[in-house]
Amino acid sequence: MTFRANFLLECLTSLGWMSMNLAFYLLIFNFTPEIGRGSGWSREPFFAFVATGLVINAIVQTLFMPSASELTEMVRTGGLDSVLVRPLDAQFLLSMHRFDFSSMANGLVGVGLLVWAVLRFPVAPPLIAFLLYPLLIACGVAILYGLIIMLAAATILMGRNQSLYDFWFYITNFSRYPAEIYSGPWGDPLRTFCTFVIPILLVVNVPAGTLARPLSGESWGMVVMTFAAACLSVGLSRLFFQAALARYRSASS
Amino acid sequence: MSEAVNPEVLQSSCGWFPAVRSWWRMLTICLEERLAYRSDFALGTLMRFLPIVTQVFLWTAVFAASSRADIAGYSRDNIVAYYLLTMVTRAFSSMPSLAGGISRCIRDGSVKKYLIQPVDYIGFLLASRVAHKLVYYIVAIIPFAAVLFFCRAYFPPAPDGLTIAAYVLSLLLSFLLGFFLEATLGMIAFWFLEVSSIIFAYMLFQYLLSGHMFPIDMLADIPTGISGVSLADVVRLLPFEYTAYFPAAVWLGKITGWELVRGLLLEIVWLVIAIGTCRFVWWRGTKRYSGFGG
Repeated sequence: MTFRANFLLECLTSLGWMSMNLAFYLLIFNFTPEIGRGSGWSREPFFAFVATGLVINAIVQTLFMPSASELTEMVRTGGLDSVLVRPLDAQFLLSMHRFDFSSMANGLVGVGLLVWAVLRFPVAPPLIAFLLYPLLIACGVAILYGLIIMLAAATILMGRNQSLYDFWFYITNFSRYPAEIYSGPWGDPLRTFCTFVIPILLVVNVPAGTLARPLSGESWGMVVMTFAAACLSVGLSRLFFQAALARYRSASS
Repeated sequence: MSEAVNPEVLQSSCGWFPAVRSWWRMLTICLEERLAYRSDFALGTLMRFLPIVTQVFLWTAVFAASSRADIAGYSRDNIVAYYLLTMVTRAFSSMPSLAGGISRCIRDGSVKKYLIQPVDYIGFLLASRVAHKLVYYIVAIIPFAAVLFFCRAYFPPAPDGLTIAAYVLSLLLSFLLGFFLEATLGMIAFWFLEVSSIIFAYMLFQYLLSGHMFPIDMLADIPTGISGVSLADVVRLLPFEYTAYFPAAVWLGKITGWELVRGLLLEIVWLVIAIGTCRFVWWRGTKRYSGFGG
């Protein structure tokens, strides 16, 4: 909070982008009752989905992205060397040495939007859904954390990967909407890839679906898959990161 | 004893020829600089199409759930074509890092060298941007052509020659309009040293009001409180639509006849205003500039 005015401005601009997207979604619902025929994503459930995305992205943007975005420069200038000689885990230091609390503004609005949407559901979610929801939020954060660390590992190996970080924002763009929109001859393979290979569609869809739609056999399967994907994502990211460090050659003299 | 004046030297030191030669030199230097990162450009260009994939699926799902054949005069195919065409327009009108670069130049004092040298700063920036865009088009033409060819089924038949000429003119004007708007924005740094939040707010309004998110025609049913005036009517009076919506709508045949002529004239008016504002802000800014840093 050293620069309070700057902090407030960043919160405001972040809220501005979010408001613009919410206005876009409201405009869409002027023309259609739901996103995808028979998908169940009518207005209130869809806004619960959007709110879930806001909360998860706010956590990731606050805790991990500021540190990860500095990694390229640290590798180039040799700042990574000073991290590696410290008596603390390098992955922990590199992924959490800087926070951006202005990103939490979107998260707080997400919580408010979620409450607004859930109160307007035609059928209240069961208690088990409310108990699972925060756990699945944590799983979504863990999956994104794993992706960030694997990109960071690529930075260490390649030295310069600005295009890879652009890739992060483009690939997470697929998680902005319900998985049901990806259907058809092109949509089905894309949905499969983004569910089982890069599990980006599990991040928001599963926690939001737990609240917004009745829990069934398939949805329980997705819950289990999300837990497994979170563990796998963090585990794989650890392996990738350690392998990248093993191949690192210092940039400093 | 006085030496005779060499007419060739005399000619080269005055008139329009030195200006054109300087401008050409700036352009070639910037071209060489930009061509140093060709592969990064190409990869980034391809990845910029990824969000459109999401938009295609989103609007397909919207049309599947609604009972409409079209929304605000756009069928599903029209909307996909519209998003692809706005990508083309943005390739002309977007000016990445222009405003930020100018404000940084002013803040750290490096603008001083343009004040003491016989170089027109705005002209130099324009040459630099032309070079940037030329390189971008050279590298991006293949991925753009590939995507447009792959998605050709979404496009209606090609318009007539006059409409194509109007489309090309609107693209060229959108480049100049985008340049002068953002250059003016960057020069606000003469008054406020840190302008990143102002730039961000401008980008936000431009993104919303330019038609980049959705065709502006979709705002036609939203009233403004003034009888007979919709939100779309108000938004279309602003210059932002020319940075994304207008050229795309021209190609798709959504703007024709006198409405097309009126739109192009309004675009030229906005361009003249932007050029005048940019020059005025530069003049006023340099009068109060104190040359910190450097």
